[in-house]
Amino acid sequence: MPVRVDIEAPVTETRFLPRADLQRLLDVLAEAGYECIGPRVRDGAIVYDPVTRVSELPHGVTDRQGPGEYRLQAGAGGRCFAWANGPQALKPLLFTPQESLWTVRRDAQGRLAFIPAPPVARPVAVLGVRACDLAALRLQDAHFRDGPRPDPAYSARRDALFLIAVHCTHPAATCFCVSTGDGPRADFGYDLALSELDDGFLVEAGSVAGGVILRRLPTVEATTDQRQVAAREIESGARAQQRALPGTDLRDTLFGRLEHPRWEEVAQRCLSCANCTSVCPTCFCYSEHDVPSLDGTESTHTRQWDSCFTFGHSYIHGGAVRGGTRERYRQWLTHKLGGWHDQYGRSGCVGCGRCITWCPVGIDITEEARAVCAD
Amino acid sequence: MAARAASAAAVASPGARSESISRKKRGRSVQTEPWVNPHLPHEAEIVERIDESEHVFTLKLRLANPAQHAAYRFAPGQFNMLYLYGVGEVPISIVSDPEHDDLLDHTIRRVGRVTDGIAALKAGDRLGVRGPYGRGWPLDALEGKDVLIVTGGLGCAPSVSVIQYMMRRRARFGAVTILQGVKHYNDLLWRARYEAWAAMPRTRVLFSADTGGPLWPWHIGPVTGLFEHIEPEPGRTLALLCGPEGMMAATVRALRGLGLADSAIWLSLERSMHCAVGQCGHCQFGGKFVCKDGPVFACSEIAPLFSVKGL
Repeated sequence: MPVRVDIEAPVTETRFLPRADLQRLLDVLAEAGYECIGPRVRDGAIVYDPVTRVSELPHGVTDRQGPGEYRLQAGAGGRCFAWANGPQALKPLLFTPQESLWTVRRDAQGRLAFIPAPPVARPVAVLGVRACDLAALRLQDAHFRDGPRPDPAYSARRDALFLIAVHCTHPAATCFCVSTGDGPRADFGYDLALSELDDGFLVEAGSVAGGVILRRLPTVEATTDQRQVAAREIESGARAQQRALPGTDLRDTLFGRLEHPRWEEVAQRCLSCANCTSVCPTCFCYSEHDVPSLDGTESTHTRQWDSCFTFGHSYIHGGAVRGGTRERYRQWLTHKLGGWHDQYGRSGCVGCGRCITWCPVGIDITEEARAVCAD
Repeated sequence: MAARAASAAAVASPGARSESISRKKRGRSVQTEPWVNPHLPHEAEIVERIDESEHVFTLKLRLANPAQHAAYRFAPGQFNMLYLYGVGEVPISIVSDPEHDDLLDHTIRRVGRVTDGIAALKAGDRLGVRGPYGRGWPLDALEGKDVLIVTGGLGCAPSVSVIQYMMRRRARFGAVTILQGVKHYNDLLWRARYEAWAAMPRTRVLFSADTGGPLWPWHIGPVTGLFEHIEPEPGRTLALLCGPEGMMAATVRALRGLGLADSAIWLSLERSMHCAVGQCGHCQFGGKFVCKDGPVFACSEIAPLFSVKGL
């Protein structure tokens, strides 16, 4: 089992881990009982997959992103975190794309026995988490775990998670986390945070569990110079961002403009394909389905990701409430940037830019929000 | 059922409302065990099935676990998720009186895959129940007030529970006026029940039908056409609305015209609901989850979003 005991004072200083010793981090995590998930190149994208050797990390790979465009290319020197983000966030690890909620058995007399799916959680350490994704995780926590009816499966997986953030120094052209206040520096929610330098990593502990792992690494005290270089790189990453939302609380403006002509204009381009909601790290919609066994003796009740861009999402008897793309795009944007303030006290957008990159027709949430909010 | 205790924590005011009911009923506070699994239904037996019309029927349910059934609490206007084996769940409002009826009545219209299947069940058959969910009608606010109930179609079902509740405590409410509109005169359910209510002191019942018939002595046209027969007194009248949103929107406009404030108008909304605990996102309405923030809202809480088409 992973080490999560408070037996030592927390580590508060910044340490330096030479690049040659990065493997130790993976080894120590494995020794502590974690499966390590980290960035790897697969199918032309950087995805989170199991990692045991540092050689599996995307060394020298960076990403080029734009509306409807994602390409990997060489050009990051020897660094392995010189990219912004891939299509996945932490979301699939916690709010899984599909899972069983319960099973019901029916006996010969027609009696029903409902059996909850036991929460299964293995200790997982995630390497390379971005500030935007930590902000999104906090929102997902608020939604699935911290309310009066916590989701058992999500909560179990969340409790078994160990997070190693990497402060972002390579925002993509689609990133805008500065304008949402969520990055590029990771300020909370991690167990360990790394700053990647040419010759190694600055390491900070953000929790007792993180400190326990950090103590087992062959680190030395970080120099002032190293800390300044790291801070400058984060700063220059922030300055490099090209996009921004027109404000952090658009609730009243958006709900005041539900008949704005821009909704119809964007609907002419939007394919209602739901890509934006699939890659969004905060979208939480799911639908429930029954999968009966062939012999009819039991049925498994499952949930899977759903999207407000589908016809069935708003279906009630007599038809769908939001029958057209105009209504669905409006629902998505007004909820993400407006309704979320009522539900969770902040915008549902963390500025990761995935919805722009992975939209097949390159619709840009910042551009649409600006257009609707402009006078 | 554990649901009761959890919803008290989940939704402050409605929980408090239903809690006060159950305290009076059982002479003790509701159970406080923590919520175990928000998704898991419980087995229930159909004790009786009543055909109300060609497409509408009522199921009287008892939870299979006697202790759970005894502990089950709900408030008028709340709903349960009913589960049909191997098919799925649907949200159905509870029609019973929370203090006087032992069985949990659900009046259901056959409109889809799940309700078609449930319609084929008979007494003795089993289904799954989880709930109750959501926030019901504002019972405390109704005390001492005139109450105007305007319903359309099967919107009468979520209102029956609160009407029964008031009729059994008649002296605690002022004038009660019930306006029920239907599409076709054959759609009118519960004539006997309406007649019994109409016979109560200071209680009026008026009907309308878009399509009348030879034996239809009441209004022909939309339910708002009945407003010329009533004179609700602003300031002491609360209106409870349930029905299709177009009908409720027209009713809200008419009530505003009669001087009622939005805070005096309460509506029961309907949206797609899968989880019923505010997580699956299907029932979002602006910044609200209809399943847990509603289904009953004061008009002032949802104006001006209410009646925006496609929201």
